[in-house]
Amino acid sequence: MNGPRADGEALRLEAIHKSFGKLEVLKGIDLSVADHEVICLIGSSGSGKSTMLRCINLLEPVDAGRITVRGEEITATGVDVNRIRRHIGIVFQAFNLFPHMTVIRNVTLAPMEALGMSKAEARARALELLERFGLADKREEYPDRLSGGQQQRVAIVRALAMKPDIMLLDEVTSALDPELVAEVLNVIRELAAGGMTMVIATHEMGFARDIAGRVCFLDAGRILEEGPPERIFSAPREERTRRFLQSIIEAGRM
Amino acid sequence: MGAGGGGAPELYELPPGEPDPGRGPGILSGLRQEGARGVLIAVVSTFVVAAAIAFAVSRSPNWPAVKEAFFNGEEFRSSFPDIAAKFIRNVEYFVVAEVFILAFALLLAVMRSLSGPVFFPIRALSILYTDLFRGIPTILVVYLLGFGVPSLSLTGVPSSATFWAVVALILSYSAYVAEVYRAGIESVHPSQAAAARSLGLSRWKTFRFVVIPQAVRRVVPPLLNDFVGLQKDTALVAFVVVVPEAFKEAQIIQNADFNFTPLLAAALLFLLVTIPMTRLVDWLVSRQRRRRQVATAL
Ligand SMILES: Nc1ncnc2c1ncn2[C@@H]1O[C@H](COP(=O)(O)OP(=O)(O)OP(=O)(O)O)[C@@H](O)[C@H]1O
Ligand SMILES: [Mg+2]
Repeated sequence: MNGPRADGEALRLEAIHKSFGKLEVLKGIDLSVADHEVICLIGSSGSGKSTMLRCINLLEPVDAGRITVRGEEITATGVDVNRIRRHIGIVFQAFNLFPHMTVIRNVTLAPMEALGMSKAEARARALELLERFGLADKREEYPDRLSGGQQQRVAIVRALAMKPDIMLLDEVTSALDPELVAEVLNVIRELAAGGMTMVIATHEMGFARDIAGRVCFLDAGRILEEGPPERIFSAPREERTRRFLQSIIEAGRM
Repeated sequence: MGAGGGGAPELYELPPGEPDPGRGPGILSGLRQEGARGVLIAVVSTFVVAAAIAFAVSRSPNWPAVKEAFFNGEEFRSSFPDIAAKFIRNVEYFVVAEVFILAFALLLAVMRSLSGPVFFPIRALSILYTDLFRGIPTILVVYLLGFGVPSLSLTGVPSSATFWAVVALILSYSAYVAEVYRAGIESVHPSQAAAARSLGLSRWKTFRFVVIPQAVRRVVPPLLNDFVGLQKDTALVAFVVVVPEAFKEAQIIQNADFNFTPLLAAALLFLLVTIPMTRLVDWLVSRQRRRRQVATAL
């Protein structure tokens, strides 16, 4: 994969279409993400946030459109998907840690098996990251012995161990008890402060307002409105954005 | 994943808290909670039931004849050591066959799990194989190979009936064990494979490090059940092989002495191996269930 581009563009989506059978989930998504930018995707359930992130990670093939990462088209035929994915970390709502492996093995598996790193080097990198996110003492535990918040932090560390250029986070706090949400959000804040380029699907509007450089409101497979959080949250232009934010406020989530 | 997999895979794991329709309470259920008093009651009631059965049987007018033909103590003592010595062969057949079965069946299951049109022939081959060998009685395969292949005296091909009888067991059981593995592979949630692929692991490494280890762990109890079946079916070798194993040896003595007790001695030997295995399966199943309950409670 290429290094940073002179124009600072990390990721670009052009006219992305994606259907599952007859259901068209993404109806032409255009988005350009700059290096070090943090984008929050908001929108109601089923609007296509997860699908969009999974397409960027090539977990779902797109039907039409182009995705480029630092100038390289990753949706072209014949690209090595494994190589592309090593540069794009994704963290899922349900953590998806490997339950039969200890924390440290979860984190070192991909660096060793996908990057060919030595065990010692992979362990050193993993321990440094686990240390940084307060998980060093859990390194020999199995995932089912950790709290949800700890599991999600391990999942973030697992993705970071690949030293990705971009991180995709898909509602990483939705499966957590309320008192565990903050510890995970703090990790993400730290990543943002460190300059990580991120695309974050979230229902945590307060968090989005805090962290996002730009907020995109997804509605029925389109980015209906985008802009800086101050504007989107205080003066949305679109009626549907307004209604969505209203429903969030009524649900007490902002 | 999941090439043509329909229906839920049949595993021994159930959703926590759901009663298992196939299995009653464990044999020791209730004893632990009841403590010493429970144990005492169990011992007394077992004793009473056993005495009642023994009394009823021994009072039957046919009992002396049956006892003479099947439960002859003298016959048992004289035949048991010989049969036990031959039982070593059954254990050998079992161990050799099982090693190959575990590997070959895994290969079959992996072949069947390959998705994508390119792999269609491989998938089809695996399906054809399992359909064929699950549909043919094991004894028939043993006959076909054990008698058939040596009779051809092909060059460069082993001509030992024992060899081909064990090969027949391997071919036949691999089909069943492949299905067990497949159920395990399909029970691993697709999100696990997605997580591995998202980290840049190849399809094969995802299988090797993430899917297969979890699949195998889940199917240990049904695999052991097939072990029990295989241990029993090593007796089928007797139908094509001259060198006696336990069953054949028992038959020889039975024919010489006009007494069925040697067959019971052979049966006892099989039970000595299969019953502990069966208990182990039960124990593993209940341990798995407990673990899952703990895991979901967290
Ligand atoms: N693999 C799939 N097969 C079929 N339909 C799918 C699949 N994945 C997603 N969908 C459908 O696509 C639509 C968009 O789903 P998606 O998960 O992208 O929404 P979302 O915005 O992430 O919603 P949520 O906020 O609930 O996570 C939904 O209607 C969903 O049912
Ligand atoms: Mg989603």
